[in-house]
Amino acid sequence: MSKFKKKKSGDLPAISTASLPDIVFMLLFFFMVATVMRDNTLMIQNNLPFADQVEKLDKKDLIMYIYAGKPSQRYQAKYGTEARIQLNDKFASVEEVQQFIYAERESKREELVPYLTTALKVDEETNMGLVSDIKQELRKAEALKINYTTKKGEAGNNID
Amino acid sequence: MAKRSAPEVNAGSMADIAFLLLIFFLVTTTIETDSGISRKLPPWQPEEQEPPVIKQRNIFTVLVNSNNELLVEDESMEIGELREAAVEFLDNGGGQGDEACSFCQGAKDPGSSVNPQKAIISLVNNRGTEYGTYIAVQNELVAAYNQLRDREAQRMYGTTFTKMESDYNDPRYTGDKDALKEKIDVISDMIPQKLSEAEPTS
Repeated sequence: MSKFKKKKSGDLPAISTASLPDIVFMLLFFFMVATVMRDNTLMIQNNLPFADQVEKLDKKDLIMYIYAGKPSQRYQAKYGTEARIQLNDKFASVEEVQQFIYAERESKREELVPYLTTALKVDEETNMGLVSDIKQELRKAEALKINYTTKKGEAGNNID
Repeated sequence: MAKRSAPEVNAGSMADIAFLLLIFFLVTTTIETDSGISRKLPPWQPEEQEPPVIKQRNIFTVLVNSNNELLVEDESMEIGELREAAVEFLDNGGGQGDEACSFCQGAKDPGSSVNPQKAIISLVNNRGTEYGTYIAVQNELVAAYNQLRDREAQRMYGTTFTKMESDYNDPRYTGDKDALKEKIDVISDMIPQKLSEAEPTS
């Protein structure tokens, strides 16, 4: 009789959680490797337009970013609501674009310079006047390869 | 002296610490690959040059005003119709003799383009045009070119142009890249992307 009872009292054995840290660490390392920390803080509103005929931009180190758009809410008191250009971490004028391109070129290895692409991240409400001013400056600086960064989606969404 | 064994460290909370870090990285991660429309700007020419003479029939003008309205070949148009109109213009193939287009399937309208090599799309913006509209127009025009290139690639090589291009840019592609490049060049020569952008009007 007692033997019979003993078997019943065994319950379910506890599941070993010893390997849980291993699993979590595995996930952790994946995210650590896949994470790209943003290297510049956006000071402008940056709502990109949609397009569906897009090409991917890989090789992050060969891309120069130029941002443009209205200053975001907390900078509006200081800089107004007129669309502006942002290079690295600060607002810039149109004339500074050339300087920025030269500085970026300087920082890259010489053999990589011809492959540099300029990515224009421009808010969809910006006027074309500013964008074409940037393009003129890029032409003067001979940075001819550009990419209009967009979100993937139907282009008709841009017009409301 | 009695051998003292080191007390075992309790590793039970290791999972908690790892979870904490994991959640931090989960929240801060933005896995983003940038994508967009690639263009090549024309080189800077300081002095004014005499523009080459191009027949009016070979130019497809797209005007965008500051209210984001389109004027295509002197008629107002919705953005949704632009792609079709551009394809129709490029694929017209109205040329004869030397200028004839062997693969065009268009209407052969004598008032429209002679062949895709000669056809030029001219895009003029206003300084007040919104960037979103500009991108939409660019997107539709690139789509028109891609549509024709895909059709020709399908006819000649049994695959689409966009597929060939993405294969070519894919470092893991195992096929013959030189052969692929040749095919891409053939198609790009047949239907070159001639998209001219004028200085915006103010």
